[in-house]
Amino acid sequence: MTVDTESRVGNAAQRSWKAIRADFPALDQEVGGSPLSYLDNAASSQSPQSVIDRMTAYQSGEHSNVHRGVHTLSRRATDAFEAAREKVAEFIGAPDPDCCVWTRGATEAINLVRYAWGRANIEAGDEILVTEMEHHSNIVPWQMLCEETGAQLRVLPMTDRGELKLDQLDGLLTDRTKLVGAVHVSNALGTINPVETIIEKAHDRGVPVLIDGCQATPHMDVDVEEMDADFYVFSGHKMNGPTGIGMLYARRDILEEMPPFHGGGEMIRSVTFEESTWADVPQKFEAGTPAILPAIGLGEAASYLTDIGMERIARREADLLEYATGKLEAIEGVRIFGRADRKASVLSFDVDGVHPHDIGTILDDEGVAIRAGHHCTQPVMDRLGIPATARASFAYYNTRVDADRLADAVETVKEIFGR
Amino acid sequence: MSNLRELYQEVILDHNDNPRNFGECVGANRHAKGDNPLCGDKYVVEAKVDDDDTLSEVCFHGDGCAISKAAASMMTQHVKGLPVDEAEALIEEFRGMLTGDIDPETDSENLDHLKVFKSVSTRPERIKCAVLAWHTLHAALEGKDSISTEGDEDPVEA
Repeated sequence: MTVDTESRVGNAAQRSWKAIRADFPALDQEVGGSPLSYLDNAASSQSPQSVIDRMTAYQSGEHSNVHRGVHTLSRRATDAFEAAREKVAEFIGAPDPDCCVWTRGATEAINLVRYAWGRANIEAGDEILVTEMEHHSNIVPWQMLCEETGAQLRVLPMTDRGELKLDQLDGLLTDRTKLVGAVHVSNALGTINPVETIIEKAHDRGVPVLIDGCQATPHMDVDVEEMDADFYVFSGHKMNGPTGIGMLYARRDILEEMPPFHGGGEMIRSVTFEESTWADVPQKFEAGTPAILPAIGLGEAASYLTDIGMERIARREADLLEYATGKLEAIEGVRIFGRADRKASVLSFDVDGVHPHDIGTILDDEGVAIRAGHHCTQPVMDRLGIPATARASFAYYNTRVDADRLADAVETVKEIFGR
Repeated sequence: MSNLRELYQEVILDHNDNPRNFGECVGANRHAKGDNPLCGDKYVVEAKVDDDDTLSEVCFHGDGCAISKAAASMMTQHVKGLPVDEAEALIEEFRGMLTGDIDPETDSENLDHLKVFKSVSTRPERIKCAVLAWHTLHAALEGKDSISTEGDEDPVEA
């Protein structure tokens, strides 16, 4: 099955957004008698038919275990699995696919770093610096590591607008700092953080940096080599792939020095009852039979996004964000959270006198799917002094009609609540 | 117009804006804190149980979504004046209606106006909002001082 990449890129880059939207079967349905406006992309995104078809084709005729069979299907599975790794590695600008470890998702990737790198490098008295707008997945593993080792968790604060107070970064980076964790794009507020600056300042003091790229990989061009990240993690299902797959990118020298995470098959070179030796990277960190099918699906998703072009996607989403922000701003009683200058298409808001969960339920009744809650960022909610927000998050396949329907549904909320 | 819309229109405007028996009870001898960690809804339910085992006062205070607040407000109206065993039976019926174990039209004579909450059973993610205050009253009557809608105390899984 060969695809002419040149002509595919040419076609996709010219295809209309209407045609692109039609690639997503999940978007073409009704909810509660209304057409679906799917605006919960920051939680999980939908897959295009090509991703679904690729997974069906794999499971229908290429599936076996990888890296061990001497038969044809095993070879096909291994080829498809490693081709997917290469595609995703290229998608994030990794210099070498061997620096890219498959994980279940970003959370497992961070926990891999915590166990394998953290236990070998963090000790009592050390400090781990994270930002105030981290997702719980980039807070809790480090809290647990601090608990275990006697290290301290420090926090780089943010402003009311949802921008990091970078002027405090120098003061927080000390001789005790051993790791910085920062979110590339905030899932709660949409802020695009200046990760290049954070990495540069940390590197000036010899401190490695882990970037949580979950909300960046679906929305913008990411180049881990150019930004000089030491660790970069993300999840497949937020970028049009399936659940159960994600990736840890890390600098090769770091990966080679790190001890393994899980022990078992696939990650060894040789095993005796006296001792075992480890496989080379990245297999050293991939014990057990991997999530072959989701990995192949994610590879196809990366190709799909690349074919459209991440810069074109970013421009489209910026337009949708600006339009939707204007629509919600025009409604009296709506407050928008997250006013950073550089923002991805995440729109967190509330309605005066209405709990976000009630907003979410009533919007669902109108066919508008959003997220309501703390978005796994309770410190951000505490910082803003609110229990929760309603959050509409746009993908390139959304339209201005979706934004109109969001605004109409928010008016319905106000009407029901008599506001 | 969906049932859910009716629920909001019938009870929200009224009980969300003017919750009944909202505040601290005078002479209460049963108290429990209820917490729905998934939503952040938090209420304290207080009751005064008389010597003859009657709930002479029931009130609540705290914060949460409109469904949780309206369910709490209407609960206080329905259980006030009931003997403890009848209040417990009503708590069971209310929970049964939301989890779909009880059809309020055929299996209950006591739910009365509370039947308006039946539509919440079609929204599994909101059932715990409606049950929270009821679950908390049950805890208070059993002498517990706090309860969560998650973990071992999950009222939907119980």
